[in-house]
Amino acid sequence: MNWRGDIHIEHVMPPEANILRALGVPPGHAVNNRTREAVAAGLEELRTIAEPRGVFAGVAESEFASIYEGEGDNAVPSPLAEIFPRADELALFAVTLGTPVSERIAELFTSSEYALGGALDAAASEAAEMTASHVVQTVLGKVRHAGRATDETRALGYSPGYCGWNLTGQRALFAALDPGAIGITLSDSCLMEPVKSVSGVVVIGPARIHDFNDDYDFCAECATRDCRDRIRRITELDV
Amino acid sequence: MSTLEAIASHLERGEHDEVRALTETALAESLDAVTILDQGLIAGMQIVGEQFRKHEIFLPDVLMAAKAMNAGLEVLEPHLSAAEIASHGKVVIGTVKGDLHDIGKNLVGIMLAGAGFEVIDLGKDVPPEKFVDTAAESGADVIGMSALLTTTMPGMRAVVDLVKERGLDGSVRTVIGGAPVTPEYAAEIGADGYSFDAANAVECVKRLVEES
Repeated sequence: MNWRGDIHIEHVMPPEANILRALGVPPGHAVNNRTREAVAAGLEELRTIAEPRGVFAGVAESEFASIYEGEGDNAVPSPLAEIFPRADELALFAVTLGTPVSERIAELFTSSEYALGGALDAAASEAAEMTASHVVQTVLGKVRHAGRATDETRALGYSPGYCGWNLTGQRALFAALDPGAIGITLSDSCLMEPVKSVSGVVVIGPARIHDFNDDYDFCAECATRDCRDRIRRITELDV
Repeated sequence: MSTLEAIASHLERGEHDEVRALTETALAESLDAVTILDQGLIAGMQIVGEQFRKHEIFLPDVLMAAKAMNAGLEVLEPHLSAAEIASHGKVVIGTVKGDLHDIGKNLVGIMLAGAGFEVIDLGKDVPPEKFVDTAAESGADVIGMSALLTTTMPGMRAVVDLVKERGLDGSVRTVIGGAPVTPEYAAEIGADGYSFDAANAVECVKRLVEES
């Protein structure tokens, strides 16, 4: 189960509300026209210059166990260590929006176009996450198409740097997947370039295998707690 | 409304063309450039910063106000000496070595400039020596460091250690921030300050400059 290719930008264009939230505007808060115009302009820039593409490759549980172990820096215990052995299938993935987006953001800040630069940055961050979600669902689609899914089969992505999976895990992940094929490189500090990129593992199986309490030591330092939303979203699909 | 009050008011609304024109008007009225800077542009940005801190306005408004501030500064700069621009303090900022995330650092720079500090932005992926050399050569009061990766946070410790090694810790203070950075980490590496967002960074730098 391998795939690599371009993703149509319209599949990953974030809604205005997501960008406003990323810019710190509370949901439902009225914003002025100038803010709305900056967000619209940021979205248009994104539509014009983003080059979303992705890659994924199926991986056996034993192989992923080694990848996950990485350099031995993960938190112990961690949710993913308990989740992935219960998966029906696993796939490594990486996505990127390409270099031009990052270059344009830098250019806008250099030329004092801060609001547009901020809007494009927020839009690109959201789009990168949506590109990752798109690829996660593409993996699930492949599994379904191959007749290996049941009604309760779901897919959820996990990334190094989150939920106890140490960022240094990127090295083993990159060695196994080769995201360089879609233009992503990894720095010595495990930073992906272009910056608007996401990598990780797609865990495929029933929604219930993802259920965990957010009371690990590292959860206290997590500002988003978006694991709750992610788990709820795939669980609600079961209803 | 006086010209200075009008500058501050339009700056708050992010109206850069109006701020630029009013700054020219203020100079034509023979107002002193430092007065225009302090009582017009910086006064306006201080209100913006306060509103942002209280969550009365949000990042896009701050960014638009910052562009307006820059528009006014461009008009004023030929009339200001370097010493006058740096009168509130000088800050060297950058994203530490290995880290290419710079939006947070950019916001800190914008907010600091809006508060009247002279900001020397070294950009991203900055080696410890460059932080410290620049601070020493420019006579900076504060080094501000940003990191978004746990793997690059040790670069902050390297800068703090180098400041001490060079005997600059009496004159150059250090402040750190970024998503994975905590006050506990700041204390552990011996940084003088920690900030959790751009508005807080301004407060932190002000405090450090006042203490020094």
